Amino acid sequence: MLADTRRAALIAVAFAAGCGGAPWNDPYPASDAGANILYSSFSERPKHLDPVQSYSSNEITFTAQIYEPPLQYHYLKRPYELVPLTAAAVPEPWYYDGRGRRLPAGAAQRDIAYTVYEVRIRRGIRYQPHPAFARDAGGHPLYHGLTRAAVADKYKLADFRETGTRELNARDFEHQIKRLAHPRLHSPIFGLMADYIVGLKEYAEALKRASEELTARSGKDAWLDLSRYPLAGVEVVDDHTYRIRIKGQYPQFLYWLAMPFFAPVPPEVDRFFGQPGMAEKNLTLDWYPVGTGPYMLAENDPNRVMVLERNPNYHGETYPAEGEPGDAAKGLLKDAGKPLPFIDKAVFSLEKEGIPYWNKFLQGYYDRSGITSDTFDQAVQLSSRGDAVVTEAMEKQGIRLSTSVAVSTFYMGFNMLDPIVGGGPDERSRERARKLRQAISIAVDYEEYISIFQNGRGIPAQGPIAPGIFGYRGGKEGVNPVVYDWDGRAPARKSIEAAKQLLAEAGYPNGADAKTGAPLVLNFDVTARSVDAKSMLDWTRKQFEKLNVQLVIRDTDYNRFQDKIRKGNAQIFEWGWHADYPDPENFLFLLHGPQGKVKNQGENAGNYENPEYDRLFERMKNMPNSPERQAIIDRMIAILRHDAPWLWGFHPKDYALSHAWLGNLKANKIAYNTVKYQRVDTALREQKRREWNPAVLWPFGLLAALLAAFTAPAVLAYLRRERSAGRA
Amino acid sequence: MIAYILRRIAYAIPILIGVNVVTFLLFFTVNTPDDVARMHLGLKRVTPEAIAKWKAERGYDKPLFFNTKLSGGGQLTDTIFYEKSVRMFALDFGAADDGRDIAREIGARMWPSLAVAVPVFAVGLLAYIAFALVVAFFRATYIDFWGVVMCVAMMSISAMFYIIGGQYLVSKLWHLTPISGFAGGADAFKFVVLPAAIGIVGSFGASTRLYRTFFLEEINKDYVRTARAKGLSEVTVLFKHVLKNALIPILTGAVVAIPFLFMGSLITESFFGIPGLGSYTIDAINSQDFGVVRSMVFIGAVLYIVGLVLTDISYTLVDPRIRFE
Repeated sequence: MLADTRRAALIAVAFAAGCGGAPWNDPYPASDAGANILYSSFSERPKHLDPVQSYSSNEITFTAQIYEPPLQYHYLKRPYELVPLTAAAVPEPWYYDGRGRRLPAGAAQRDIAYTVYEVRIRRGIRYQPHPAFARDAGGHPLYHGLTRAAVADKYKLADFRETGTRELNARDFEHQIKRLAHPRLHSPIFGLMADYIVGLKEYAEALKRASEELTARSGKDAWLDLSRYPLAGVEVVDDHTYRIRIKGQYPQFLYWLAMPFFAPVPPEVDRFFGQPGMAEKNLTLDWYPVGTGPYMLAENDPNRVMVLERNPNYHGETYPAEGEPGDAAKGLLKDAGKPLPFIDKAVFSLEKEGIPYWNKFLQGYYDRSGITSDTFDQAVQLSSRGDAVVTEAMEKQGIRLSTSVAVSTFYMGFNMLDPIVGGGPDERSRERARKLRQAISIAVDYEEYISIFQNGRGIPAQGPIAPGIFGYRGGKEGVNPVVYDWDGRAPARKSIEAAKQLLAEAGYPNGADAKTGAPLVLNFDVTARSVDAKSMLDWTRKQFEKLNVQLVIRDTDYNRFQDKIRKGNAQIFEWGWHADYPDPENFLFLLHGPQGKVKNQGENAGNYENPEYDRLFERMKNMPNSPERQAIIDRMIAILRHDAPWLWGFHPKDYALSHAWLGNLKANKIAYNTVKYQRVDTALREQKRREWNPAVLWPFGLLAALLAAFTAPAVLAYLRRERSAGRA
Repeated sequence: MIAYILRRIAYAIPILIGVNVVTFLLFFTVNTPDDVARMHLGLKRVTPEAIAKWKAERGYDKPLFFNTKLSGGGQLTDTIFYEKSVRMFALDFGAADDGRDIAREIGARMWPSLAVAVPVFAVGLLAYIAFALVVAFFRATYIDFWGVVMCVAMMSISAMFYIIGGQYLVSKLWHLTPISGFAGGADAFKFVVLPAAIGIVGSFGASTRLYRTFFLEEINKDYVRTARAKGLSEVTVLFKHVLKNALIPILTGAVVAIPFLFMGSLITESFFGIPGLGSYTIDAINSQDFGVVRSMVFIGAVLYIVGLVLTDISYTLVDPRIRFE
């Protein structure tokens, strides 16, 4: 027994020595201990890192730290405010009429034929080190014009030993805008931008023809040189200035200039990756991003880890000196004016499952974490004032909670092409359907839903626009009068009797057809979901039962669900939207008639159409924020509430936890280039990790004791049997 | 033996074609090429033109099995099935839908899978045999009884429980190993030790009980009685006679499993963040990547056939009476 225990201790000591004195359960290399590193995770491997193709939140987490578009959002100010990034200033729109005459700034929308944005870029910005920029002694590109044989032994970017850099210039921005129309790339915003950027649609057709000719002549690997094909809507004025010409007026275009879609891409990088034999080895811009940002992708192993390291050529930027009221008190302005970034390296580990992710956060191996329903009770409790605060256990660990309302909306939509919930061709049937929708809007209690299924993390929506976006109204004036009454302090959902009254007026008294007496049966189309979702579906069914309406759950896989939505075969469905940019147009277009899913494959999944709403939308969408725009939005919202094409659902509230050693953290629901602002107290992290993760060795002793307890009687029995004179 | 192996390879070809056809049918019954394109292009702002372009680039714009627009051989060859399946028989797996080379990805991911699977297989096999021999030796005693009770109890617990419970105890409470993650080289040890231990413990009950049955069947045979009558010790009887003869059924299960060590474990890899082939397969199914799914199914089928051939060969090694004629 004693010998066993000693052996176990020896093994343990050897194991500890092998781990270099760090906690045994430390998942990171010992050499990284104490380093200025941010530790985070990702749950899904990014598909695209090419800024023209990337559009998912799990991709922009990386691309936003590497690529620098002309503009960015102010880190601290709310409402969200655009500030320059690679641009010297936020460009002012220049308006022109149909005859090319410059119009004054306040010109009427109908007079504006074109808008020009002149972007002046800052001087002295240089790209990260990259082999595409490497040059020989004669100044010629070192790695251009490579043959297939020359790249035969190259499998990763590091296999090209020489690197170089060069200054950012306006042609890089022009090149990237041209890439939106590249026939071999898939830009998700090409369709939208082709409607606005002058000549982009024609440019795509010209490139397609050129690509086909080139492929026929020189094979599919042949390099399509975009510089040979001019794009009418983009003009390079000089090395540091370019202009973009937009059809009509489109103020939201500035928001797009803050996304990686408009970040610079050097043509020589495209040319480098376009060489024969590169793509087969995953040597593509989609895999190895090249930017001017504070970080560069040092390790790209999406099966395990993605590592961003400080860009040695970073041009420099300082931490903002202004924020919104309260930021200074929270310590968010302590680093004002200091050079960015603060962190040397950001390590993102692949973490597919929630339990390991959460436990590693608690052990101090991730610097911040979201909260799932499973971990909510462990992490959050309500204070006596009703505020969400961290639990005692979390507080003991120094973990902090930050909450913010996402610029998202989750809603239940009605298919307006359906004769029952959308109404038929005549006014009477449309009126009946409208009242049915209003009755359901009252009956489905989203306050209860948020309380049960979201742990209170959400705000019942009064319309499509999320809080924090221009056009959103809170308080009494923001209440949806179809569903709520104002009780003097807060909105109070109307009684179920009011809903039943509306249902009766719709021709379904007590949930049955007034003419035939047949019960009203509605269909709820949902995607096949986990076992956990069953309770949500049961809850939804019960909400309809309040009106004696039978709800049939039509559960299907996501492909079939999308097919139903596309073809207009769904009746009631759930959907969500996360804003691309902080403008009401980005929410209200989801109900714009020409965006109809069935008619035009747009984003209006419910196929809602209202001529007045559509007219107002056309007026509102290009207006700058003003009282006049607010008035139009108010009218549009009133139309929507009356028509009730959606159950407005809720705007989710994001709860995030962070350790005490992570500083300068402020939730930003629109911008993603936030790693550069964050700061880590590495000494505190090291100390806490050691404190929280001491190796517990008694299980080795227990294991040895159990083995001994099992083997000793067996050995004794064996010896007894061997020594016995005969066998039974 | 060579003739036998060649004959088995010839049998394998129709099996592999059949596996391919079934995989293709199942995949495209659930996912149309449009669904696959939509999945890869994302959820927002996907236009019909973008879908058509994506499909055309990857050959998904062709008919599934039969091209009525062409004549002659082109009717069969200018189809998705032909283009996506035939090259695989030359082990050319092509590219995944995200453009990345499948063979290279499999080559890279095979090692993490093996790092977990080989210790589970080797140490596990030894542990199961050793424990089964012990309980067989003490048959009809309290050791046998409680050993079997323990095996049945361990069989009744789901693999997920072992994983979550193991992570909770070993990593969270005792802080002995990282909860999840992976590193190359010697650093792999600390990441592999827990999933490997859980893999061994998870299969302990079922395997030990099975092997115990094999041993007990042999122990009651006449040649064992003869050996004992000769005065041989029980250890000699067990290890020299019983073990050798009981190896044939053990080999049936064990050797056929060897090729599958490459394939990894779907759940274990996901929970422990092991970047192996199991998680590669799961990711491909979730992202509707037909290129990867068909490649993994094809490799699985090939390995299964290889495993069966290896099993047959191993019979001749442990039992010289067996011939291939």
